[in-house]
Amino acid sequence: MKADETLDCVGLYCPMPIVHTAKKMKELKSGQVLEVLADDIGIKEDMPNWCKTTGNEYLGMEEDKGVYRAFVKKK
Amino acid sequence: MTEKEKMTIIVFSGEMDKVISAFNIAIGGATSEMDVTMFFTFWGLNVIKKNEGSIKSKGIMRKMLNMMNRGGAKRLPLSKFHMLGMGKWMMQKLMKDVSSPQVAELMTTAKELGVKFIACTNTIGMMGISKDALIPEVDAFAGVATYIAEAKESKINLFI
Repeated sequence: MKADETLDCVGLYCPMPIVHTAKKMKELKSGQVLEVLADDIGIKEDMPNWCKTTGNEYLGMEEDKGVYRAFVKKK
Repeated sequence: MTEKEKMTIIVFSGEMDKVISAFNIAIGGATSEMDVTMFFTFWGLNVIKKNEGSIKSKGIMRKMLNMMNRGGAKRLPLSKFHMLGMGKWMMQKLMKDVSSPQVAELMTTAKELGVKFIACTNTIGMMGISKDALIPEVDAFAGVATYIAEAKESKINLFI
């Protein structure tokens, strides 16, 4: 999946990945896609749930050797 | 623009682990576009005391209390296994190992995200804490009526 911007949160635990995601999303234009990398497994549930509460579109997640890549589209 | 949903958190505890949870939840709410208000009361007042603030107060019992209960975000003990500070030191090391923010950083992040800090006037008066012993980030001083007014409109209300 392609992204307009990437955010590396590997090594950070909740709530920091979501905090950084929320901050970064403010900089994106509507329709742009942000890729967030994290290794805290909580992100598997947190990212889709965060998208649900904020109205941003959750595009999916890929996993590779313990690093999760979440794709989020700005509303 | 749709109105934001609200959350209130009463921070009654002055223990590091409980306070960290409180701020994590507040931050979670703020990043989920909620209006979050934290009410600091009793031992929770220690969180919003300046680290090197004044302990001047009237009356010998208050003076004793404020000397033993210095407060300040860096002085919060663990609720369990504090072990005269050793437990807290170990916990902080574990947190550092996983880049988990300490209380002070969580407070800064919460503030940046618009979380409101309100100090309870009842316990401030009772403990004889002066306004300038508190950090400048406190948004307001209020009583239970303000808490009730906020809590009635809030979707999530917590007591930590």
